[in-house]
Amino acid sequence: MHRPAKILAALMSAAALLATSACSAEQPAAEKRTLKIVYQKTDSFSALDTLFKDAKKDFEAANQGTTVELQPIEANDDDYGTKLALSLRSAETAPDVFYEDTFKVRSDVDAGYLLKLDGYLEKWDDWKLYNEAAKAAGTGDDGGIYAVPLGTDTRAIWYNKKVLQKAGIAVPWQPRSWDEILEAARKMKASDPSLVPFHMYAGKGTGEGTVMQSFYELLYGTDSELYDQQEKKWVVGSQGFTDSLSFLKTLYDEGLAVTPAEALDANVWKKVFGEWLPKGRMGATVEGSYTPSFWQKGGNYEWDSYAEDMGVAKFPTQRGQEPGGVSMSGGWTLAVGADSKNPDLAFKFLSEALSKKNSLAFTVSGSQIAVRTDVAADPEYLAANPFVKDVSELVSVTHYRPATADYPRISAAIQVATEAVITGALSPQEAAEQYDKTVRDQVGDAKVLQK
Amino acid sequence: MGERRTVRQQLRLLPVVPSVLLLLLFLAAPVLWSFHASFTNAALTGRNARNPTWTGVENYARLLGDSAFPAAVVLTVTFVVASAVLGQNLLGLLIAGLMTRARKPVSAAVGTAVVAAWVLPEIVAAFAAYAYFSKDGTLNQLLGGVGAAGADWLYAYPMVAVVLANIWRGTAFSMLVYRAALADVPRDISEAALMDGAGGWQRLVFITLPLIRSSIATNLMLVTLQTLAVFTLIWVMTAGGPSNASTTLPVLAYQEAFKFGDIGYGTAIASVLIVLGLVFGIAYVRLLKGEKR
Repeated sequence: MHRPAKILAALMSAAALLATSACSAEQPAAEKRTLKIVYQKTDSFSALDTLFKDAKKDFEAANQGTTVELQPIEANDDDYGTKLALSLRSAETAPDVFYEDTFKVRSDVDAGYLLKLDGYLEKWDDWKLYNEAAKAAGTGDDGGIYAVPLGTDTRAIWYNKKVLQKAGIAVPWQPRSWDEILEAARKMKASDPSLVPFHMYAGKGTGEGTVMQSFYELLYGTDSELYDQQEKKWVVGSQGFTDSLSFLKTLYDEGLAVTPAEALDANVWKKVFGEWLPKGRMGATVEGSYTPSFWQKGGNYEWDSYAEDMGVAKFPTQRGQEPGGVSMSGGWTLAVGADSKNPDLAFKFLSEALSKKNSLAFTVSGSQIAVRTDVAADPEYLAANPFVKDVSELVSVTHYRPATADYPRISAAIQVATEAVITGALSPQEAAEQYDKTVRDQVGDAKVLQK
Repeated sequence: MGERRTVRQQLRLLPVVPSVLLLLLFLAAPVLWSFHASFTNAALTGRNARNPTWTGVENYARLLGDSAFPAAVVLTVTFVVASAVLGQNLLGLLIAGLMTRARKPVSAAVGTAVVAAWVLPEIVAAFAAYAYFSKDGTLNQLLGGVGAAGADWLYAYPMVAVVLANIWRGTAFSMLVYRAALADVPRDISEAALMDGAGGWQRLVFITLPLIRSSIATNLMLVTLQTLAVFTLIWVMTAGGPSNASTTLPVLAYQEAFKFGDIGYGTAIASVLIVLGLVFGIAYVRLLKGEKR
């Protein structure tokens, strides 16, 4: 071989190895009146799969000649989002109806992936039954509605009553401030040093869980905020940010949470649900309203006595200031693809998939908080698990993420800051400064508000 | 070439045309696409998702200012040198050398054990390595069995863990290459050297190594390029953490392109990776060329 040929060969083999991860596009068979439905399915989340299978059967029977093609994606939330976004990039691969995370709605509307549903919703009687917060979750920046919510969630403190009682803490327990959390946690630690008294997620391992089930409960309970809604700018340099990091540092430094190494393992939540709380090795943690779905019959970590052993408390504000509690909400929606060849039929399928019967079944089996008033009033919903009432009430103190297209980077920067603090790499002050710098670099000075 | 081409000569090329076309379509095209995307603001979502615009070298300028980037380059080179150039390559040579002297059953058993790691699908090997190094993993249980205190390897020494895992997984390839190469070393030359009083080391350095030099260069090239692109192993074991301590370029590119949806920036990182592969590639080509003089 001549030298250029060899270099070319080197280039080609380098390219070959680097390109093996390139994705392959699926080509759906071009058929008349076929609806393609894309959604998420995991070993612990099959409620949606059931919903769509039922809806498919009914819909195909009622609409002769229509085929509903179900394409579940078996992946975690992050990977599901990536795979969905990749398929939405091209009109040929884009689904007609799909399962969409509320915090991606705005940026996907920006991208032109979602069909505006206002015209359809006007004519859909059930739409009046949705509560206002739920309607807002599917709204784009232009005020139009692009997605219909399936359910929502809230976050609360879940505690093991037996562990608290053993440490001499009266139940039901309701801390009024951050200090009261620390006080109780220290008491538990003193009574049994092998305990994990009060765990809160931190670091990149738990991803969005780190911010939704830990950092935001802290930050939104201070006098500072993450994002200024009026100015549409990200807040940097706030005291609340540093205070929140300091609180996490205290939890980890005093051994009140799990070890930093355990916290950085992406699978740590499985141990929280499957091992530490049921076995009484953990006092309390902050988790979502969907928590009972892991423990109830058919859940991943069945636990017969969870209803008696566990208690729920609202996460307090920093010093007990108004409104006295903090929660975070997310949730998922169904949306129609902007490139759907049969948008009318697609919406029809969406609305039938979200009928009261289907919504109720999904809300109950997925331990969701109802977004339809008729579902919320249904006795079956209220009886789904003993905590429905408690976690539903948290809607009054809940917050939603500022889900702009920049949001994933902001979230990642916060995860990095928490990781640096709990591992001791940076002090809370330094980590907050590094966060400020990252935010400026990532979104630009024009979208930053210095406090 | 240079002689006149006849129709017949050109016809001889016909059978390779389909494979060349396939190579262009499935290998060159994605690389070129990725290269092109790195000069745009292509994104997974948001305003630029469907209509990316040309932004020139902006992504590359941003790379230079990104503190995670130089760290990732250093980690990538460290990973390649430690696990491929030194680890897989030397260990592969050593095992191949020992196998030529070992008894048949021993060499067969060793060969099977080494190749087993290589035969595993990457994701399975990655989970096996994760299970081995994790806090409650096999390694710490073995250490506990002999009374030694383990560590949380993936957290305290993430690079060491992924380097060792990659050596374990990839050594078989080098071993197979060197076994074939060593089998081709003519017996009589070593024997002649032995008669002349050359010791074991002298025979290795002056006879064996020069004779298998082209195999060494080929092997180095292949393991380097394979290792440069390793993603699954690191992603499963440490996901690039803690705090980017094991974020090599493929992991960084994945995070930027898919986690943050910034395809343009992610492909810029991937392009740097290709350039890095080229640098290694050219170095090895030089090595091959020097030997033929």
